[in-house]
Amino acid sequence: MMSATGGARRRSGTAVGLGLATLYLSLVVLVPLATVAWRSTSHGTDSFWHSVTTPEALAALRLTMGAAAIVVVVNVVMGSLIAWILVRDDFIGKRLVDTLIDLPFALPTIVAGLVLVSLYGPTSPLGINLAYARSGVLVALLFTTLPFVVRTVQPVLLEMDGEMEQAAASLGASRLTIFRRIVLPNLYPGIAAGAALAFARASSEFGATVLISGNIPFKTQVASVHIFGLIESDNATGAAAVSTVLLVIALLVLLALDVAQRWAVRRG
Amino acid sequence: MAISVRHLSKRFGTFAALDDVSVEIPTGQLTALLGPSGGGKSTLLRIIAGLEAPDSGQVEIGGLDATSLPPQRRNVGFVFQHYAAFKHMSVRKNVAFGLEIRKRPKAEVQRRVDELLELVHLEQFGDRLPAQLSGGQRQRMALARALAVEPNVLLLDEPFGALDAQVRKELRVWLRRLHDEVHVTTVFVTHDQEEAMEVADEIVVINHGRVEQVGTPDELYDQPASAFVMGFLGPVTKLGGRMVRPHDLELTDQPAPGAQAATVLRVTRLGFEVRVDVKVGDEEVWVQLTRGEAAKLSLKPGDSVFVMDAGKEIAG
Repeated sequence: MMSATGGARRRSGTAVGLGLATLYLSLVVLVPLATVAWRSTSHGTDSFWHSVTTPEALAALRLTMGAAAIVVVVNVVMGSLIAWILVRDDFIGKRLVDTLIDLPFALPTIVAGLVLVSLYGPTSPLGINLAYARSGVLVALLFTTLPFVVRTVQPVLLEMDGEMEQAAASLGASRLTIFRRIVLPNLYPGIAAGAALAFARASSEFGATVLISGNIPFKTQVASVHIFGLIESDNATGAAAVSTVLLVIALLVLLALDVAQRWAVRRG
Repeated sequence: MAISVRHLSKRFGTFAALDDVSVEIPTGQLTALLGPSGGGKSTLLRIIAGLEAPDSGQVEIGGLDATSLPPQRRNVGFVFQHYAAFKHMSVRKNVAFGLEIRKRPKAEVQRRVDELLELVHLEQFGDRLPAQLSGGQRQRMALARALAVEPNVLLLDEPFGALDAQVRKELRVWLRRLHDEVHVTTVFVTHDQEEAMEVADEIVVINHGRVEQVGTPDELYDQPASAFVMGFLGPVTKLGGRMVRPHDLELTDQPAPGAQAATVLRVTRLGFEVRVDVKVGDEEVWVQLTRGEAAKLSLKPGDSVFVMDAGKEIAG
C-alpha cells in the first residue's frame, strides 16, 4: 500500500516537473525561436528567399560557417590537449591556468573584442595586425570558444577509469594504441558536446568579432553583424530570414555531431 | 612460467609498501598472496605485472629478468578488482583486444574469442556492452580477455573483492576448476583467508610489506610460523597463555589427565557449530563444538566442566 502511494506520488511529481520544464522551455526558447521563423516569412516565401540569397547575406553566412568550422576543429584539438594536461599532468600554476580557462566566459565579449583589437590591431605592440582581416575573425572566435571543449572534456577525463589503460598496456597495447582505441573513444561524447557548443557560439558570436573584423561586407562581415545591419536599416523581416537560416544550420550541425558521436563510440 | 622475486622494496612517500621481499612462485600453480589490507600484496602483484616500478630488487618471469620491461612486453594477464572493462566495446571486442593489436588473422581471432567465451560461460553475451553484464559476468569477461593472449602468468588483484558473497563463492570454485583446465601459472591477491585456503595450491602470507610465511594451506593452518599467521588463517583463543584453535579444545564433564577445571559462561549456537565460552582460572577461553558434542554434554551457564587441548601447541 505504502509503496503504491509512494510510486503514485513520485509519478505525479514527475508530471509536474515535466510540465514545468516544458512550459519554461517553451517560453524561454521555443516561442522566441518560432517567432523568428514566423517573422521571417511574414512577407511571403519569395521575400524570404530574396533576403537570404542576397550576395551580401550569402557571403556573411559562408564566412560565418567556414570560420566556425575551422575554429571548432582547432579548439577540439587544442581544448582536448589542455584538458588532458590539466587532468593528467602536474605543474606549477595549474590551478591558475584552470581558472584562466573560464575567463572568455566571464568577460563581456565586446571587452574581448577590445582586448583583441589593442593586441592584434593597427597599433599592435606585437606588430601583428589582424584588424579588418578574416584571420582577426578567427582569432576572436578561437578566444571565445576555447572554454567549451576544455570544460566538456575535462570531467570525462577525470571520471575515466585509469585501469582501462593499464589493462590495455598489459595486453600489449602501445601508448598510441591505448590513446586511439581506449582513451579517445571514451572522450568522444565530451568532445562532441564541446564541439557542438563551440560551433553554436562561433556561428552566433557578435561582440568579439564586431570590433576587430571591421565588418567589411563580402570580406569580414559575419552573419550576426549582417543581421544587425539589416535591423538597423529597418529590414526586420530580412534579419529574421537570415537568422532562421543560421538557426537551421546550427540545428543540423548539432544533430550531425550527435549522430557522429554515437557512431564513433560504437565503432570503438 | 615460474616467477621469482628478489629483494623487492617499494615506498610510497614514507610508507614502506614492500620491504625486502623475496618469493619464488613455481610454474603451473595457483598461488595466493594473502594478507590484511595495506600489507603490500597488491603492490607486489602490480610490480610483477610492470604496472608499478620497484625502488630496488628484481623480478624474473620464466628465468628472464623482467624488472625493467614495460607491462606491454611481460606477457602477463592482469585482472583488476573493478574489472577495468573497456566500457565502449562489446564483450567480444574486449576479449579480442589483445589478439587484434597483435594483428592475428580475423578468422583466428574469431575462433579464439568463441573458445574463450565458452570457457567463461559468456557465449550468449558476446554482443553486449560491459554495462549490461552483472559484476560476476564482467569479471569472467576480464578473465577471458587476459587469457586471450596466452599469457605466461595470470595475475588477479582481489578478483572477487567487488562481488557479493554468493557470487564470490561460486566464482572461486569456478576459478579453481578453470585453473585445473588451463594450468597457467596464476597468482591472486586476497585478504580473505577462506578464499585463499579454498582455491590456492600455495599461500604467501604478506603483512607490513614483508613475507610472513610461505606454504600449502594445510602447512600454514597446522604449522603457522608466527602468532600473526595463526591468527590470520583461522580462529584462535588462549589457554594458559598459549594460542590454540578453539576446535582443538575438548570439553568433558569428567576430570581427565591434562584437563583443567572450567566454568561455562555462555553457550551460543551458530548453525552447525556451537560456541562455548568458559572461564579457566581468570582466563576466558572459547571452545568450538559441533552440535552433537554440545548436545551430549547438555551445557548451560554455570556448569562445571574440564577443558583440554587436543591439538598441537604453538608458541604464542
